[in-house]
Amino acid sequence: MIKTENLSCAYGEDEDKYLVIKDLNLHIERGSFTAVLGHNGSGKSTLAKHFNGILLPSGGKVYVDGLDTSDENMIFKIRSLAGMVFQNPDNQMVAAMVEDEVAFAPENLGVDPAEIRRRVDRCLEIVNMTKFAKTAPSRLSGGQKQRVAIAAVLAMEPECIILDEPTAMLDPSGRQEVIRTIKMLNKTKGMTVVLITHYMEEAAEADRVIVFDKGEIVMDDTPKKVFSQTEKVKATGLDVPQVTELVHALRKEGIDLPEDIINVQECADAIFERLK
Amino acid sequence: MIKDITIGQYIAGNSPIHKMDARIKILCAFYFIVLLFVIRNPVQYAVITLFIAFMVKLSGVALKFILRGLKPMLFILLFTVIINIFMTPGEPIFELDIFSWTLSITKEGVVTGIYMLLRLIYLVIGTSILTLTTSPLMLTDGIEKILSPFRVIKVPAHEIAMMMTIAIRFIPTLAEEADKIMKAQTARGADFESGSIMRRAKAMIPLLVPLFVSAFRRADELAVAMDARCYHGGKNRTRMKQMKMSRYDIYAGIVFFVLSAILAIAMIAF
Repeated sequence: MIKTENLSCAYGEDEDKYLVIKDLNLHIERGSFTAVLGHNGSGKSTLAKHFNGILLPSGGKVYVDGLDTSDENMIFKIRSLAGMVFQNPDNQMVAAMVEDEVAFAPENLGVDPAEIRRRVDRCLEIVNMTKFAKTAPSRLSGGQKQRVAIAAVLAMEPECIILDEPTAMLDPSGRQEVIRTIKMLNKTKGMTVVLITHYMEEAAEADRVIVFDKGEIVMDDTPKKVFSQTEKVKATGLDVPQVTELVHALRKEGIDLPEDIINVQECADAIFERLK
Repeated sequence: MIKDITIGQYIAGNSPIHKMDARIKILCAFYFIVLLFVIRNPVQYAVITLFIAFMVKLSGVALKFILRGLKPMLFILLFTVIINIFMTPGEPIFELDIFSWTLSITKEGVVTGIYMLLRLIYLVIGTSILTLTTSPLMLTDGIEKILSPFRVIKVPAHEIAMMMTIAIRFIPTLAEEADKIMKAQTARGADFESGSIMRRAKAMIPLLVPLFVSAFRRADELAVAMDARCYHGGKNRTRMKQMKMSRYDIYAGIVFFVLSAILAIAMIAF
């Protein structure tokens, strides 16, 4: 779905040149759920902005569904294929009413009015926000706003959705709402999802975790394999999920538990098993 | 509390005026203003007065909301009347000598003063009816449509409407933020409430600077988010909500035609 070839991105010129992304080769499979982890300033947001042509590579290429993002004639096609949701829910809303917000993207694409109506209704239903169609976004909670933002992107009928720290400004319940919606999109609608985050618990939900540091991929594997390498993850300035941390500590003390535990339930079961 | 600010003070309703197409309503309001400035005799004023009373009644909006719009105009109204009363040349009915300067009230002055007062009051009421019965969104959409023929002479109709929509959308967000900054500053000892006007105005600076900075940051992020959703101006753009004219717009046309006819007859006859 998304492919980068020797992608590099640099700020500044010549001597002050600072490489944010270094010679990156990455392939995101259709229908996959990939989490990109990295601490602040690791270049993960910059990477995300390359996936739909908001930023253009300073070196190398990015292909979305085989289309080169630097091809100006294709840019709207690319952006509607790879929709993007941003961090701050307040700063990505254009309209003063939820349904107009969702209609914004298809309106830009010149879709027929009756078809826009259908898409708006369908997308609001997918994110379970139908009853707020006529509400002003300012009256919604953070989690609801982000779900509207997701619906607004879905209205372009993308094949891939890129979320750039969509939960960073939400409270725990809002965070759950959003993650549940994302997972549902991936599992039931077969949507390719790229989730940029720094919450380990969220990354643990994905099929594939990419740990990004100083513009390079340090780790790229399933969540279980990535988080079981506790020391290596910590070396990049990140934490592992709390349960993984606990298992790691217990293992160090010589208690025999499986290495690849990443969620609370698994952990509880394993400990219960040991205590029996 | 600050979150509840609404622009234009739209009052939802179900009256024939509410149901009119925003474009027609805006044009009617404009036409009404033009009429206000061409009428000149008492009979015509009486007709307009009856008309506006009928419109207020028809809109179903409480009179107090309509009169509220006049409050900030009070000073301008008073000023206009006084200037007209004293400055219109004509037959004096009252003279006042202050040193070597004669202040005189003329008959013509009183008449023009009253006319001017009525004109301005009706102007405010007429436009209030427009903004009170049309949601801000419909209003911006209507303005976009009305301005679109002027694109030929490079009037950025879509851009103007887009800016207005975004401004309306961000009012509650920025109001909330202003509230937050104000509380943060108060917590650190800032005083927004006491002192002279000058002092209070100065106290606003630490509020406005961060608000401005944040507004620019928001604008930047919004622009990226709009780009990501393929926004590229008004070209080839469709709208989900199509404006449709209804029978109420035809009625409005008839009402205004009849009004114009009566006014024209009144002008010739009296």
